[in-house]
Amino acid sequence: MSPLLEVNHVSKAFGGVQANQDISLQVADGEIVGIIGPNGSGKTTLFNSIVGYHPIDQGSIKFADEELSRLRVPHIARRGLLRTFQQTRIYKQMTCVENMLISRPHANETLPSMLADFDDADYQEANELLELVGLYAKRNLQAGDLSFGQQKLLEFAMALMNKPKMLLLDEPTAGINPTLINGLLERMLYANRELGITLLVIEHNMRVIMSLAERIYCLAHGQLLAEGAPETVRNDSRVIDAYLGGQ
Amino acid sequence: MYATSVVQVGLYGDVGAYTAAKGGLELQLTATQYFIGLGAGMLAGAVLATALAGILGMGMLGLRGHYFAIGTLGLGIAAAELAAGWDWIGAGSGMVPPQFPGAFDRTLVFYYLALVLAAATFFTLKRLRRGRFGLALNAIRDDEDKAEAMGLHTVRYKTVAWCVSAFFTAFAGGIVGNIVGFIDPRTVAFAGVTYGVWMVLMTVLGGKGTLWGPVVGAVVFHVTQELFWTYLLGWQRVALGLLIVLIVVFFPKGIVGYIRDRWPEKFGYTVDESASGADAGTAQQGGTR
Repeated sequence: MSPLLEVNHVSKAFGGVQANQDISLQVADGEIVGIIGPNGSGKTTLFNSIVGYHPIDQGSIKFADEELSRLRVPHIARRGLLRTFQQTRIYKQMTCVENMLISRPHANETLPSMLADFDDADYQEANELLELVGLYAKRNLQAGDLSFGQQKLLEFAMALMNKPKMLLLDEPTAGINPTLINGLLERMLYANRELGITLLVIEHNMRVIMSLAERIYCLAHGQLLAEGAPETVRNDSRVIDAYLGGQ
Repeated sequence: MYATSVVQVGLYGDVGAYTAAKGGLELQLTATQYFIGLGAGMLAGAVLATALAGILGMGMLGLRGHYFAIGTLGLGIAAAELAAGWDWIGAGSGMVPPQFPGAFDRTLVFYYLALVLAAATFFTLKRLRRGRFGLALNAIRDDEDKAEAMGLHTVRYKTVAWCVSAFFTAFAGGIVGNIVGFIDPRTVAFAGVTYGVWMVLMTVLGGKGTLWGPVVGAVVFHVTQELFWTYLLGWQRVALGLLIVLIVVFFPKGIVGYIRDRWPEKFGYTVDESASGADAGTAQQGGTR
């Protein structure tokens, strides 16, 4: 079976900075894959390349056997490949429910459906997902008034509402307190197992990524340093060097 | 949204005004002829303006922020110059809509026409705001990049929004052209000191992004304008300018926006303490709040 996401020899430079160099990775359908690496190693650049935020210099990116590198952000999102942001982005002046409702899938949008009302099924689903992330009680508050951690949870729920095939999460646990992290970890696993969403996760929190991911890629200085099972990557001397700056 | 308003007056307002005026060209009209001409003219104007908004929107609405503002400004100028150079519609010397038949009270007729239009606009927008369309526009306002990343058809939504506003503004243009009784292409396109600015002002005053804001804003604006005109004659524009500055500094979200922020509970922004909704069955998990 061909992998769901296939990144082949992708390079991207910003001026003189080689942010990604000849990166290749595969993610199979239903997998949870982690990406780790020191700050500035090109993880977010890789995400941006995959979702079409900027064009890539070289290589190819395939999602469900379709070439993505020429498509733009909304087109890729409608194909079921969604990302969340490192700096959480939600619609601040809308309530949580509204944030959820507008995140329903947009793949088959026509003029009548654009002007239509939301139906009960939409509300039902929005409420269930808010319940899942523990924000149901706050559903009528403006999203901008939520705490940072809650906004992250809301963004995650919005992504689920969109029914993606695959979700790219950019540091989902950054800035969240340890108790909340456990809850979020459970929910990521839930999304993967129960909802069948393939996950590609950038994460700095080693405990989280080690218990979450089945495979891990490690980037450093824009290059792929190591890949393999969490244990293997953790004990790889090059990875330790990259993190601790040794030689 | 400011930029849209500029174009609405600049482009659609005058397109509408012209077509409505063109509805009947003979000077001496019977009442029936006049009203048929007016009706058909306004309808044609609205259709034309909507179509034009759709076509131009697909090109223009890919632009954002300042670029969009500059682009639409250019459209306004272009529309004015085109109209001023087109003999068929009177070119630079403008155009006089057909004379109103004597049988009716002119002011009263247009007053009620405008009232019906305002009501129609209000209820249409109320309906549109409630559904997907309203939320999509709000989402684009809050974070357009995020909306795109979620797969929203942002340009398509904005184009439809443009078409809707063009439709209603065209009717308004048809009415205004007939009330004023003379259409000067450049003044209509750049109604800087009159309704071009007023329209934006009313919205900012009342609260942009709200349904009642422009209504409240329009009432407050006209009342203060009359007051200033009566009691501060000679300084009325200075007073009005001062009011604008005060509003922008102290109530950046407008009157309705201010009230909403001050008493959020009244607008339904509440925490639901009973909290265990949906039939999801998933219990509230610990450590999430």
